[in-house]
Amino acid sequence: MKILFAYFFLWTWIGVANLENASSNNPTVFEIITFDDFEKMMADSSPKIKVYNFWATWCAPCVKEMPYFENVQAEDPSIELIFISMDDGRKPERVTNFIERRGVKAPVYLLNDVDYNKWIDKVDPSWSGAIPATLFIKPDGSKYFHEGEVDENELKSIIQKLK
Amino acid sequence: MKQLRVLFSLALALVLAISVQAQESGYQIGDKASDFILKNVDGSMVSLAGMSNIKGAIVIFSCNTCPYVVAYEDRMIDLHNKYAAMGYPVIAINPNDDKVSPGDSFEKMQERAKEKNFPFPYVYDKTQEVIKAYGGNRTPHVYLLNKEGNDFIVKYIGAIDNNYQDASAVTKRYVEDAMSAIMAGQSIAVTTTKAIGCTIKWTKTE
Repeated sequence: MKILFAYFFLWTWIGVANLENASSNNPTVFEIITFDDFEKMMADSSPKIKVYNFWATWCAPCVKEMPYFENVQAEDPSIELIFISMDDGRKPERVTNFIERRGVKAPVYLLNDVDYNKWIDKVDPSWSGAIPATLFIKPDGSKYFHEGEVDENELKSIIQKLK
Repeated sequence: MKQLRVLFSLALALVLAISVQAQESGYQIGDKASDFILKNVDGSMVSLAGMSNIKGAIVIFSCNTCPYVVAYEDRMIDLHNKYAAMGYPVIAINPNDDKVSPGDSFEKMQERAKEKNFPFPYVYDKTQEVIKAYGGNRTPHVYLLNKEGNDFIVKYIGAIDNNYQDASAVTKRYVEDAMSAIMAGQSIAVTTTKAIGCTIKWTKTE
């Protein structure tokens, strides 16, 4: 009877462990989107501070700062991190390979619209178009835009100010 | 003592406000562009005043390392080949610090110019004074200048066209349209545009 109980217990434990394992192994969301899709995404209301980081696989300062964003997201449940890739939409494998190699966890959307002058001001009028750049949207819909690289402390202090 | 401290923080705030202002400024359409004397990949010094018979210039902040620049290099060559004979040469200026971005060193510029056989000057803004004066904040970033009297006036600021990926899919040729308007003595319809580009690799001041 004791042995049976132990077996049962063990199996339950393995089952839960597997489930947890499966959820952490979920593939990272990756999708190619239009600017219209992105506009809808920006407008979606959320109880969290949405953090849209604009980056590209070839952009060294972008790649450098990505782990800082993932660290802050892991520590702070009030943050919803989304990576917006400016990579070439004809070669999405560059992005998916990068996600796999670097173990990127936050969702990644490749914004596939090169007619940049049409939409940059709609993200934020202060944006020159240089990347990296990050858009923060508070739950009340108000925005804060940062152009250029950040380190982890700068990022935390920006988020602190937005709270 | 307290008064002194207040005075000091006021002064500091003023200095900060001015430096922020300076960073955000740079040329607007209609401004007079300042001349520069920068070293070209062939070792010569290039300035607007030193270029004989020019009616203006297509100044492009550029570099070796930015994929957007690489995508536009052939179009920069085409622009020069089309407009230099009319008095508007391309002048490519690399503003990136070579400690921050070793691929943008003067030697690497020479290599790139040779590989691509650039027909235009490719000069190094090592002190970053020129890009700061112009207010460029990414590569590639075009400043189209027109000579009016003895001054070079800024007529267009922005991208070359609206499709970096595919020259054959371009629907708006911003620089060429602006050049056509200047040639025809008409006003330029689109005077500023934005595009995704690479950040300027600013010299670190620690």
